[in-house]
Amino acid sequence: MALSYLRSSSSRSVNLLKPLSSSLPLRRPISTDTTPITVETSVPFTSHQCDAPSRSVETNPKELLTFFRDMALMRRMEIAADSLYKAKLIRGFCHLYDGQEAVAVGMEAAVTKKDCIITAYRDHCTFIGRGGTLLEVFAELMGRQAGCSKGKGGSMHFYKKDSNFYGGHGIVGAQVPLGCGLAFAQKYSKDETVTFALYGDGAANQGQLFEALNISALWDLPAILVCENNHYGMGTAEWRAAKSPAYYKRGDYVPGLKVDGMDALAVKQACKFAKEHALKNGPIILEMDTYRYHGHSMSDPGSTYRTRDEISGVRQERDPIERIRKLILSHDLATEKELKDIEKEVRKEVDDTITQAKESPMPEPSELFTNVYAKGLGVESFGADRKEVRATLP
Amino acid sequence: MAAIFQGVGAAATLSSSPSNSFVPKKFLTSPRRSFSVRKVPSYVVVRSDGSVNFDLNSKSRRAQQLVANAVATKADSSAASSSSNPGHELLLFEALREGLEEEMERDPRVCVMGEDVGHYGGSYKVTKDLAKKFGDLRVLDTPIAENSFTGMGIGAAMTGLRPVVEGMNMGFLLLAFNQISNNCGMLHYTSGGQFTIPIVIRGPGGVGRQLGAEHSQRLESYFQSIPGIQMVACSTPYNAKGLMKAAIRSENPVILFEHVLLYNLKERIPDEDYICNLEEAEMVRPGEHVTILTYSRMRYHVMQAAKTLVNKGYDPEVIDIRSLKPFDLYTIGNSVKKTHRVLIVEECMRTGGIGASLTAAITENFNDYLDAPIMCLSSQDVPTPYAGTLEEWTVVQPAQIVTAVEQLCR
Repeated sequence: MALSYLRSSSSRSVNLLKPLSSSLPLRRPISTDTTPITVETSVPFTSHQCDAPSRSVETNPKELLTFFRDMALMRRMEIAADSLYKAKLIRGFCHLYDGQEAVAVGMEAAVTKKDCIITAYRDHCTFIGRGGTLLEVFAELMGRQAGCSKGKGGSMHFYKKDSNFYGGHGIVGAQVPLGCGLAFAQKYSKDETVTFALYGDGAANQGQLFEALNISALWDLPAILVCENNHYGMGTAEWRAAKSPAYYKRGDYVPGLKVDGMDALAVKQACKFAKEHALKNGPIILEMDTYRYHGHSMSDPGSTYRTRDEISGVRQERDPIERIRKLILSHDLATEKELKDIEKEVRKEVDDTITQAKESPMPEPSELFTNVYAKGLGVESFGADRKEVRATLP
Repeated sequence: MAAIFQGVGAAATLSSSPSNSFVPKKFLTSPRRSFSVRKVPSYVVVRSDGSVNFDLNSKSRRAQQLVANAVATKADSSAASSSSNPGHELLLFEALREGLEEEMERDPRVCVMGEDVGHYGGSYKVTKDLAKKFGDLRVLDTPIAENSFTGMGIGAAMTGLRPVVEGMNMGFLLLAFNQISNNCGMLHYTSGGQFTIPIVIRGPGGVGRQLGAEHSQRLESYFQSIPGIQMVACSTPYNAKGLMKAAIRSENPVILFEHVLLYNLKERIPDEDYICNLEEAEMVRPGEHVTILTYSRMRYHVMQAAKTLVNKGYDPEVIDIRSLKPFDLYTIGNSVKKTHRVLIVEECMRTGGIGASLTAAITENFNDYLDAPIMCLSSQDVPTPYAGTLEEWTVVQPAQIVTAVEQLCR
């Protein structure tokens, strides 16, 4: 039975067919099984100024199932956000991450919650990866009190301090100096942890990136700059925006690694490698070759600057969830029905959460003035005239 | 009587400059807010902010003296220091350094970032020898990359460190405006209160001696509408040290504006640990006829004009507003209610400066108490020229202040 899957796999996954260690003959409850499986990544890593890590990645059934579930959850969440936006329950900007889930999930597998992650505005899935709940996501997107930023941040401002997720930033590129600052604080406190500062191929042309990279290299900060290269900076293709789209080489004196961002295991391997490197040798750049199925944001159809064939081609050939699904099926870790059940369960979870989030109340009017200043100046905000503008709004 | 007096003394220590004749040592740390005596009998000695301008034994004599010869705030009057705690004399940049050093000793999370702050000692010597004492990881020399090192300071502050970011000249911080506005000011709000940004951004600004247009900028007017930050401007060694310490201890992002020409002011400051309240204005010279609101270098032009005015028979009340965001409308309001005339003297430009906002704030809140429209003397809306004579006419000069007061008090 496994053979039918073998034939239908694309040539890229040929390597999946040769499990280097045996998988289970029987289907035990797989969610707790941790027998190691070694898998080869889809393509080898390309490196700049450093030795690439090996293509063989250690994983186990539990991890693969977790990957599958998490990515399915993220995918479902983003699609649900799409419908909510069209129903005008989410307003403003909404940047969706579907297609890029492998980066979030692979990174989480390689690091701890003590390592910091900071990203730009395409942050819904990274937030989930860091331990955020679905309710917090949907409530924040709809501007409700139960949201992670109390409804005051919105789609682009998700933060989770207790798991070291520093957001959530609207201005392109501004999060990279912040990320290097986080790495500086980690070095200052001698934490032995690292910071992943994520940015896109559009932000890769920002000057502050190079400034921050220079300072990080100078001061040996444990900063890992991750370029999520989805090949389009809003509507501009990378070849029209960058003279040299080899973003992993842009660090010049800083080592870089190019990774297939649609392969969660490759991402995991690269992040593990990068963490070890950064703790010893300072900054490193990772370029994740990934793709987004939606447009830049909900107001961008996503098809004026690229063909629908391209999008569906990538979806067929390189989809991260499909890759993990094939891996699981080829190793007989679960039946197709079980995987479908997981997806159904995820869908139900998302729908239930949306219903719950819709019932969450809007923030109180007094919340307009809270958190402008930290306590000490009173919790209320002051205009120039120091008149405490309290919450009796018209 | 003694009890009231003690309470008054307590309030005096925190808000007034030590040019006042006494500062009872044991009251230095009591909070201002506990002071509740507000009664103002006859020609009053107890001011609205609680500062006291009389000697314990000769209050009436002193009050009369005050009207007769305007007290200059350059507190080189030896009478000021001899009667109470001796303190030590130093220059303003040394006071800033002392404040910074004490805070760095007190809290290991405080670090300094800026261009040439480490090995070079700071371009205005504010961080001299700190790198030798605290090491390279706490006093960091950055490359010339304001946008990113301000961003890095903010990122570090998000984790709990307390960086002090120095702009070699405030004008260079325009390059970091995005970081200061969006990240520094707004992160506490957009994260729903999860992150505080206890950063201090400081540097010299203002019109110097023929430094040219780009190095003579007054950034307080650009930063004033960023929500979530506090802005203070120091003007004497006493308040420089106090504000520096308070800013470092504050959980909010604070921008401390220093002035290039004030770094060499000398004053005697107390030996003890003290801080100045970040949101409070300083009563420099109490008076009856007109309230003159000013800050930073213009305070000295105002005090110079005050000497002339007193000789002409006017009694100006001079308040150094110190807190540029938020304004201390309590002190200012009490003063307006007393004098009914306001003159604002500032170094910002006419358009959109601190004076403009202050005029609006006072008009909105105290319109009924004003006998005349508020006058605001600001710098001209021009890039600061290089030529000395032209530069002099860009900023407000004492003669103009005298004319303005005469006009206001007609």
